Amino acid sequence: MTFLLRRAVFYLVTLWAAITANFLLPRLLPGDPVQAMITKLGGRLNSDAMASLYILFGLDDNKSIWQQYVDYWGSLLQGDLGLSFTFFPTPVADVLSQSLPWTLGLVGVTTVIAFVLGTLLGVYAGWKRGSWMDNLIPMTTFLSSIPYFWLGLIAISLFSVTWPLFPASGGYAPGLVPEFSGEFIGSVLEHAVLPGITIVISSVAGWILGMRNMMVTVTAEDYVLVARAKGLTQKRIMFAYAARNAVLPSISGFALSLGFIVGGALLVEMVFSYPGLGYVLFQGIGAKDYPLMQGVFLVITLAVLVANLLADIGYLLLDPRTRREG
Amino acid sequence: MSPVLEIRDLSVDYGKLRAVHNVSLTLNKGEVLGLAGESGSGKSTLAYAATRLLQPPGHVPSGEVFFKGKDLLSLSDKELQVLRWSEISIVFQGAMNALNPVISVATQLDDVLRTHRPQMKRPERTARARELLGLVGIPADRLGAYPHQLSGGMRQRVMIAMALALEPEIVIMDEPTTALDVVVQRQILGQMMRLRETLGFSVIFITHDISLLVEFSDRIAIMYGGRVVEEAPAGEIYRAAKHPYSKGLLGSFPALRGPRRELKGIPGSPPDLRSMPSGCPFHPRCPSAMDVCGERVPSLENVEETRRVACWLEGVHV
Repeated sequence: MTFLLRRAVFYLVTLWAAITANFLLPRLLPGDPVQAMITKLGGRLNSDAMASLYILFGLDDNKSIWQQYVDYWGSLLQGDLGLSFTFFPTPVADVLSQSLPWTLGLVGVTTVIAFVLGTLLGVYAGWKRGSWMDNLIPMTTFLSSIPYFWLGLIAISLFSVTWPLFPASGGYAPGLVPEFSGEFIGSVLEHAVLPGITIVISSVAGWILGMRNMMVTVTAEDYVLVARAKGLTQKRIMFAYAARNAVLPSISGFALSLGFIVGGALLVEMVFSYPGLGYVLFQGIGAKDYPLMQGVFLVITLAVLVANLLADIGYLLLDPRTRREG
Repeated sequence: MSPVLEIRDLSVDYGKLRAVHNVSLTLNKGEVLGLAGESGSGKSTLAYAATRLLQPPGHVPSGEVFFKGKDLLSLSDKELQVLRWSEISIVFQGAMNALNPVISVATQLDDVLRTHRPQMKRPERTARARELLGLVGIPADRLGAYPHQLSGGMRQRVMIAMALALEPEIVIMDEPTTALDVVVQRQILGQMMRLRETLGFSVIFITHDISLLVEFSDRIAIMYGGRVVEEAPAGEIYRAAKHPYSKGLLGSFPALRGPRRELKGIPGSPPDLRSMPSGCPFHPRCPSAMDVCGERVPSLENVEETRRVACWLEGVHV
């Protein structure tokens, strides 16, 4: 119990530090969003409008940084992340809540698929070490070493230009209204194929390699020999005695990669113009959109923290040695 | 006495290197057969090869291992799996790693029962697991414990309980007490021997600690460089070892019983598999080596009714 309490305190402190850094970092960036806005609107603003923009964005000079920090916390706790400059005047919270499901749906699901697939392949490759399965490793490693944007562009040029099998960009066919209908879901799935497969291809090798090597290490342990001497079935030995122990390092890697789903989505969503958080962040950075960037970073921070918490819990469940009694 | 396990002319290779040379050994019913020798003498390799647990690159180029009229080396995988643990179980060296650290003791015991006794229901299996822990003197409430929550001695006891779960014919003990202190060693071995009297299994006891063998086994086979160099009843080996290596091995351990004597080591170190000396593998370290020792390997011959020795000092070679 004290262990969980200590972890909870740790997470709260980390959360506070992350949010504070999130507040400070954009203010350290050179440049000014109002200037960016003026440039965007082609200078068609008079000085009154500029002054009200400064006030609207909370950039009026007479507020001390400390006051800004207190205000920031106040709005944050009310779920108010300010207005986005890029999608002015949409609130950042709305932009985030619209784009987050796309990222979670695409990158989240493919990350899980890549992990499960890679780990299973790794289990077999490690168990049947020296068989044809070993050829899988250089092949998948080669594929994963291709820079992602290049892999994505090749996929687009092959499968939506040369052979137009799948759409090249977007989250669903233009003209469709997002709703719970067969047509819309079909369109979403069709649009997810290329980005999804390229994500799996580029990330599966790491899981295979890590799992295979751990399997090889664990298979040499005494308890696997004991399991064989006990006359257990091959399947039972492979999963309950070898893979069960070998998967532990992969679990923490997996939790971390869950945390990086949001941040890692940037390249994928740029290449495929996918309406997720990464694409929003990309647009936000281009427009010096502080509130939006802060919002996205906040989501990334929360995702990493939640993923770490999941890793902690997963380890507690899977490895009794990490449980502390008392 | 009827033999339960007969190893005939068994050789074991690791890749191209021969680790065990044409060893023949017989384990009789109810007997404790001790296998002694330094590290690398092939004693564990022999036991793993006989039970087909050898990992590649280890393999068996020739030999037979007879158990109940069947050659273990030519059984199908399925037959072998059924026979494992229910007929031949193994207590592994250093119980530190022989128990899976992330699975509870209960599950590891249960695994054996569930695989080999599919007709047993869960409550029966739990009852049996508790009974087994009781047999080795562990409170039944430790059943749910994980290996890291137990002491080294308790882990070894759990291992023994597991080995006895299916009441096997043969228990192979491979350095079962090497990682434990002397007091716990004797407690555990004493307990094992009492269980042997009540349950009636036979034991192959592998250790480098010949003083333990003298005390706990009926017959001792001493291995050196992958060969059995001497085999005789434990008392005879202790009183009058014939092979110079046996003498050296006995002289290098303090006897826990019997008259006090001076300790002596064996000069040199065990031979390297990659560069085995010609002739008798022991001759470079042997205090009474002769010319012939470096040229030809002495075969294991009966020098007395119950004693076999492989040494040119024994006059039976022609």
